[in-house]
Amino acid sequence: MTGAVNNTPLLTKKKKKSIFKILWDQKLLMLMSVPVLLYVLFFNYYPLWGWRYAFQNLDLNNFKKGAEWFGLGNFEWLFGREDFLNSIRNTLAMSVINLIVGTLASILLAILLNEVRNRGFKRTVQTVTYLPHFLSMVIVVGMAQNMFLTDGPINNMLIASRLIDKPVFWLGEGKYFWILVAIINVWKEVGWNSIIYISTMTSIDPTLYEAASIDGAGRFKRILHVTLPGIKSTFVVLLIMNIGHLMEAGFEIQYLLGNEQVIDFSQTIDVFVMKYGISSGNYGRAIAAGMFKSIVGIILLFGANFVAKKLDEDTLL
Amino acid sequence: MTAVQTQKKVKHPMQRDMVFPIVNGIILCILMFVTLFPVLNTVAISFNDGIDAVRGGIGIWPRKFSVDAYSNLLSDKLTYNAFGISVARTVLTTLLNLLFTSMLAFALSRKEYVLRKFITLVVVMTMYVNAGLIPNYLLIAKTLKLTKTFWVYIIPTMFSCFNMIVIRTYIQGLPEALAESARIDGANDMRIFWQIILPLCTPVLATVALFVAVGSWNQWFDTQLYNGSKKNLYTLQYLLKMKLATSMQSANAANTSVDALVNATKSTPVTVRCAITVVSAAPILVVYPFLQRYFVTGMVLGGVKG
Repeated sequence: MTGAVNNTPLLTKKKKKSIFKILWDQKLLMLMSVPVLLYVLFFNYYPLWGWRYAFQNLDLNNFKKGAEWFGLGNFEWLFGREDFLNSIRNTLAMSVINLIVGTLASILLAILLNEVRNRGFKRTVQTVTYLPHFLSMVIVVGMAQNMFLTDGPINNMLIASRLIDKPVFWLGEGKYFWILVAIINVWKEVGWNSIIYISTMTSIDPTLYEAASIDGAGRFKRILHVTLPGIKSTFVVLLIMNIGHLMEAGFEIQYLLGNEQVIDFSQTIDVFVMKYGISSGNYGRAIAAGMFKSIVGIILLFGANFVAKKLDEDTLL
Repeated sequence: MTAVQTQKKVKHPMQRDMVFPIVNGIILCILMFVTLFPVLNTVAISFNDGIDAVRGGIGIWPRKFSVDAYSNLLSDKLTYNAFGISVARTVLTTLLNLLFTSMLAFALSRKEYVLRKFITLVVVMTMYVNAGLIPNYLLIAKTLKLTKTFWVYIIPTMFSCFNMIVIRTYIQGLPEALAESARIDGANDMRIFWQIILPLCTPVLATVALFVAVGSWNQWFDTQLYNGSKKNLYTLQYLLKMKLATSMQSANAANTSVDALVNATKSTPVTVRCAITVVSAAPILVVYPFLQRYFVTGMVLGGVKG
């Protein structure tokens, strides 16, 4: 109730108040925000101080004793390792494949759904396709393992339709891993990612469709000349944002689905960090790898935001 | 030219209008089938006889009905314990996260607040800057010594920046006069938050709560990282992950041959694995159809901002 007394003068005399008076008036707002600020500083910023270990030879054995300064030794070690270079390649490859396949699939689904006139059917399809988004990656990978077993439904179906004559060993061959990850990601996220495109499509002016029809455009022409231009700006914004997240190829799916046979293709930077940092206790080296990823990620993200702003200003969107 | 074209179209209006919707409907039905098949298949296998399931080829209906996998699972105390831990962490995380996130969202929605710009900047930057796995691990495991405690599930997840922005945007969309009139009536900021703003935020809070709850329920990695040696702190998702891992590890151990992997995967109790999958997905599958509306609202809210 003290706040009430203090807050009333705020309305009467406006600009004369000293900074201390203002701070005192806003003490409850501070009570609500400063603890969270401290929490964020501690849990999000303080760990950055841990990056110093990237330049030290910290590991499980000399954690208590304290580590020695090491210069760029950890980075030299990293970039001399083939499996780290592979991890960079895998991270980027899976990101790009997921981005392309995922975007095309969700736009296609959005277009198909947009053409559905029966609302009940549309809702049903949406409800069903959003569902996998809420299942955990553990569940999804478990299901995928069932599906892609050598004698699982996918192989059985492909053999029955005579597309292949002997079972494909999906889970054990590196060359299939990237495409497997793309398929699983599309299965999990296509419905969810189509939401944004569907909501953009519903905001397209219906008179544009009418005008196109009167001009003799069929369904495909209308999609080509009205729907697709209508989602162009959403597409560009999302594409740029996703380019900012290229280093985030994911961790869970590769970690859960990967195995020794496919490790050359399954290991992303995050999995590499997990393997060397947590499993082997080479903190310094793992932090160096993580730091490399974070910094490239920040550069990409700011670059992407910069491009997005530029495009926005140029009213290209 | 156009005249000819229009004439052509007018010629077979029925044909043109029927073919596409039918093809479209078929494609979407196939898509629904592809989406649901793995889920239904898992349910079917979980209700199938264990030895019979190894033969493979089960579709969306059990071939030889049996609840052995479930009775096996439910006879294990670990399952109940894991279920309890999963529920407890989900409820607590959701409540605390919602409290702190909405509190900050409210404070940062007040235009007169002097620290608004500074705190917003600091908080939003966390979406860009991430120290990475190991520094966070060292903070929680070595500095805070939270390993082997239940609190490791709660304390690091009490705030989320993205959700804060969603709630703040929503609060900013409420009429300013509401808070203003309450202030004139003598309410302080705390009261305005609790009694005026929060009740009005129910839709967005429901959405955010659902996101946080699903995220917490689905989390398995923190268990592996911090509580891997404490069986009584396992969550359902981690139990499931352990089953996956055993099947893959035995595959790895058994050399690289195709047959070895096939045998190794078969030797694990596949029906039990599917039963855990069903149990750990069940809460989401059950509430999902009713809450889907909120999820989508949240996505659109977030999308508008993001």
